[in-house]
Amino acid sequence: MSMLDVKNLHVAAEGKEILKGLDLHVNPGEVHAIMGPNGSGKSTLARALSGHPHYAVTGGEVLFEGKDLLAMDPDERAREGVFMAFQYPVEIAGVNNANFLKAALNAKRKHFGLPELDAMEFMQLVQEKSKLLEIDSSMLKRAVNEGFSGGEKKRNEIFHMALLEPKLAILDETDSGLDIDALQLVAAGVNAMRSPDRAFIVVTHYQRLLTYIVPDFVHVLSGGKIVKSGGKELALELEAKGYGWIEPALAGR
Amino acid sequence: MFANALEKRPQGGPRWLDDLRSRGAARFAALGIPTVRDEEWRFTNVSPIAAIDFKPAGQISGTAARLDGFAYTDAPVRLVVVNGRFDTTLSRLKGLPAGVHVGSLADALTDYADIVQRYFGQLADVNTRGFTALNTAFVQDGAFVHVPDGLAIEAPIHVIFVTGSDDGPVMAHPRTLIVAGAGSQVTVIESYVGGPGETYFSNAVSEVFVGENAGVDHYKIQEESLDAFHIGALHVHTSRSARFSSHSFALGGRIVRNDAHAILDGEGGDCTLNGLYLADRERLIDNHTAIDHAKPHCGSHEVYKGILGGSARAVFNGKIIVRQDAQKTDAKQTNRALLLTDGATINTKPQLEIFADDVKCTHGAAIGQLDDEAIFYLRARGMTFAEARDMLIHAFAAQVLDGVAVEPLRAALETELFDQLAKDLAEADAKS
Repeated sequence: MSMLDVKNLHVAAEGKEILKGLDLHVNPGEVHAIMGPNGSGKSTLARALSGHPHYAVTGGEVLFEGKDLLAMDPDERAREGVFMAFQYPVEIAGVNNANFLKAALNAKRKHFGLPELDAMEFMQLVQEKSKLLEIDSSMLKRAVNEGFSGGEKKRNEIFHMALLEPKLAILDETDSGLDIDALQLVAAGVNAMRSPDRAFIVVTHYQRLLTYIVPDFVHVLSGGKIVKSGGKELALELEAKGYGWIEPALAGR
Repeated sequence: MFANALEKRPQGGPRWLDDLRSRGAARFAALGIPTVRDEEWRFTNVSPIAAIDFKPAGQISGTAARLDGFAYTDAPVRLVVVNGRFDTTLSRLKGLPAGVHVGSLADALTDYADIVQRYFGQLADVNTRGFTALNTAFVQDGAFVHVPDGLAIEAPIHVIFVTGSDDGPVMAHPRTLIVAGAGSQVTVIESYVGGPGETYFSNAVSEVFVGENAGVDHYKIQEESLDAFHIGALHVHTSRSARFSSHSFALGGRIVRNDAHAILDGEGGDCTLNGLYLADRERLIDNHTAIDHAKPHCGSHEVYKGILGGSARAVFNGKIIVRQDAQKTDAKQTNRALLLTDGATINTKPQLEIFADDVKCTHGAAIGQLDDEAIFYLRARGMTFAEARDMLIHAFAAQVLDGVAVEPLRAALETELFDQLAKDLAEADAKS
């Protein structure tokens, strides 16, 4: 069974239609890159899939493991195993990062009828997962994302992902604002989680990230639809030629 | 107003006290209770208090049971004052170090006459404040805490004021006098409680004197009946290098007014005024604070936070006065309110009066609803809407709650606050 089936998806934000009939098919174990120029609807796709209230689905359907994803609340989607790494992680004053993660992890465990982790078990898990992403203890003690640098925020997102172990992870421009060291760290965190049962949708403007997270498929989004799909070499072609060579083809339709 | 009651006001005790009561009664007759035409009461209409014929509170039955269910009433050291009268049976004064004078104000009038006379009524001004004049007219008893020079008291002293009646609405005028000698240290918690659903009027006045190099931590836990009226005034005087902190939690009451007034009257003093209030339904909570920097090199820090639901209203007025002489003042004021419903409102005003030129004064107010993006972020990690909302409200309250150094009190307050909030939110959810 496929993991995610997006069929003819239409999404509007603030009354304006942004996605205009998007199709996407993701199997377990696959990494799909979604590329495209600014305003093409890349982030809209990521946010609509995670259930952001500002994005209204006006048509089409999305099945996650055969279930109607669009009928689920954002938190239900998360507990079912859909994770989004935010392009702009939100600062949440007063909420301790570690406590928050423990609550989130236990909410998910409860959903699957698993016993909640106690403080000791949780800390063991945290230590194990934090090494790879170089998450130090101060980042755990601080309020969620508060005062974090751009790189720290993105690392924290991937750290959340590593702890919550989703089935489908959507990375929304996780590479934006990262220097090369942070980018490699984030990529290593993602690569460590690649497995035959887990899929990734990597939304990015640039090919750069895809050097480190090598995708199985690359899709080009333009004007609210996927206009071209291919293998990892498509990303390199886009890098070399820019998006311009795709858009005239579109205009001629 | 309250003319019959005033005629039957308490008599006796030392001559100066009788004179003070008479002056209180006379001033109240002249001032009456404030109206919204008074700038200090512009947003707080207390006319519902005047509309009820409150009788002076007397003896009541079942007082021990009346403490049940309120925060930290099992404190090792506690003074229980019922309807303004000290209750020896319910109070527990064991475990206090020798030399400290803690107990009934009525007893102190004879046992420590000179101390009481020196300090009592020095800060609580009957001339301009109607409610203070009314309180003063009825002074008879209350709580007294005197810590001699150099003595530090570790155990917090919990004063619990209970107001209630077996028949009809009553008024009580709780009174507290705290005198901390030079180099002493003490923590005093004042709780105000009453039977849930009872209508009564609690009109409290507290005076705190913090001696040189002394430290006083003061807590006010207001858990009055949701149908009660609570008017409270806290007056503080600090001497050189003294440290004072106030943590005010307003959880109950239908119409509530808290005045906190601190005079930093010695160099190098430090004053913290923090507050957290919670209101729902049609309730009103008004916090008026005033910090008077009278001497140089004093710091003041103020954080007030409110959580409002239903059609609740709140008022915050934060006055900071920096006298000409008070150079190197460092004053910081923050006022934030979380409005959980469209019907909730707040009027907030910082009021800075600065007469010195070398000072640092900052103030900020932020009023708003829960951040949608933050809620979505938490939900995207698997928490339900209710869990996300509660987590954000907890975080909002934490800054004030975490300032409570008495751990069992902090824990009790946290439970109390979030139980009440859960009820409010469940009510709101049921309506929507």
